Amino acid sequence: MKQFTSFVRKEFHHILRDKRTLFILLGMPIMQILIFGFALTNEVKNSQIAIFDQSNDLSTQALSSELDASRYFDIVQYIHSYNEIEAAFKKGDIKMAVVFPANFANDLDHFNTAQVQLIADASDPNVANTLTNYATAIILDYQDRITNNRRLPYTINTEMRMLYNPQLKGAYSFVPGVMAMVLMLVCTLMTAITIVREKELGTMEIMLVSPMQPFKIVAAKAVPYLLLSIVNITSILLLSVFVLDVPINGSLLLLIFESILFTLTCLAFGLLISTRTDSQQTAMFIALTGMFLPTIMLSGFMFPIENMPLPLRIISNVVPAKWFYYIVKEVMIKGLGITSVWKETLILFGMLLLLLGLSIRNFKIRLA
Amino acid sequence: MITDNTAIYAESLTKRFGDFTAVDAISFDVKKGEIFGFLGANGAGKTTAMRMLCGLSIPTSGKASVAGFDVYKQTEQIKRNIGYMSQKFSLYEDLTVRENIRFYAGIYGKSDAFIKEKTAFLLRELHLEAEENKLVRSLPLGWKQKLAFSVAIFHEPEIVFLDEPTGGVDPVTRREFWNMIYKAAESGITIFVTTHYMDEAEYCNRVSIMVDGRIDALDTPGQLKKTFNVSSMDEVFLKLARQAKRSGD
Repeated sequence: MKQFTSFVRKEFHHILRDKRTLFILLGMPIMQILIFGFALTNEVKNSQIAIFDQSNDLSTQALSSELDASRYFDIVQYIHSYNEIEAAFKKGDIKMAVVFPANFANDLDHFNTAQVQLIADASDPNVANTLTNYATAIILDYQDRITNNRRLPYTINTEMRMLYNPQLKGAYSFVPGVMAMVLMLVCTLMTAITIVREKELGTMEIMLVSPMQPFKIVAAKAVPYLLLSIVNITSILLLSVFVLDVPINGSLLLLIFESILFTLTCLAFGLLISTRTDSQQTAMFIALTGMFLPTIMLSGFMFPIENMPLPLRIISNVVPAKWFYYIVKEVMIKGLGITSVWKETLILFGMLLLLLGLSIRNFKIRLA
Repeated sequence: MITDNTAIYAESLTKRFGDFTAVDAISFDVKKGEIFGFLGANGAGKTTAMRMLCGLSIPTSGKASVAGFDVYKQTEQIKRNIGYMSQKFSLYEDLTVRENIRFYAGIYGKSDAFIKEKTAFLLRELHLEAEENKLVRSLPLGWKQKLAFSVAIFHEPEIVFLDEPTGGVDPVTRREFWNMIYKAAESGITIFVTTHYMDEAEYCNRVSIMVDGRIDALDTPGQLKKTFNVSSMDEVFLKLARQAKRSGD
């Protein structure tokens, strides 16, 4: 025990003395949450649009002001010819243009049907899609109101309810993603580096000659990073709840348990890397490409896995972050309990055991 | 022959890696309190032999005991009773002098009282009292080396293994370093040292020279020079090393 505490104390000295790294490790999750929360968002708010109103009647004016009044759009320009639309898009002034044809009100009144054209900048396809959807919804809404007193023979009304995230906030999906990313980085990268550093320095040899058992060395290395991760989990959750208004709908205890499970999996992976490499650069490279990139790309956090080609969908299954991301979403956002995520939990647990087993085996081979 | 006075004993100690015989049936013994020089060109098998004696590597065949413990079965007891200093500088640069001492004493499971008392004594001995709370990074290389040696014998081992301890150190510091080794030997610690400096070989009580995994010569420096009919250890070494068929690593 004495050996163990001496070792853990030494690890803390290393971490606390390297102020810059410590600052990055503790500050990174806060920065990421704030950046994702306020700067990088795929929500569409106050998009600038232009109106080309060739009819200029009561209904087009009403529709225009409906659009302007919604929180999605701001009318920044009234355009008077088709050429100007192109020009405005090219200058980057607007994201979408709404074109009312010359006899909009006339058509609407006499033929009961009228057309409106939405022109969107599809150089960013997701945004273009979202914008046209929102605009269509607003226009349909308007149509519903004016047809209220005249009964149409057949109508199907779609009524949408966005469950678990009624306001369609991006934070609901990136908070779990950032958690996965940060834990990954702190645990896998840092454990790999810290153990390989001892090899580079030659101090690992001294340790192996000492009566300290190898598994104690490894455990002592992991303790400070486990604590650091718990601090990070706490700060991410606090920021989510109090700054981004993302609720924790499920059990906090379960969420923390799952986070620790994922943290341990990452630590085990870092350990495995460290048993296979002898230089800090290699360790960093493997940790980043082997874990960090897949975490970002294949966890479902940035890009939906369902839309990927089959090989990538299969590969995504071996990425621990995918399962963790899923679990956090289920527990934190949907408020589900262990009964709904036990399968994913078991998968993570299996990965942890596998990684630990492999690294212990490698550690022993190295010694023989 | 193992007697009460034997610190290290090896008989036909062999280590093979596949077809390659790194250490080829070496036999020797080291007496308690002796300074034993373990020489050999790069690739002669010194490091492998030393790793077996330290309990880091299981021998393929042969017998060996260190501090009375068997290298096959009692590696834990061996580790508890030896000190080790490698050619790579082994202290933590970002820890202070005191923290380094405390850490290494800690992994040998020494009590706080023991550590406290001995640290004070050691710092006085090395004239490092004023530097105890400075980072090791800021010390000159010579001092670091001396501190590393002191740390290696801090837990009062029976035997200390020194793997090229004076690499890259200036002659004056090397001289001081050897004074420390003598002092440690006088206090009863057995010294097992590898070196490339032949003048250092002269400081040893007895010297073995490894060539291609075998021990080709083992005697006092004076006797070796007589046997090979030369005037310095340098020439003894060259005469033997020239017969080597393996190239260095």
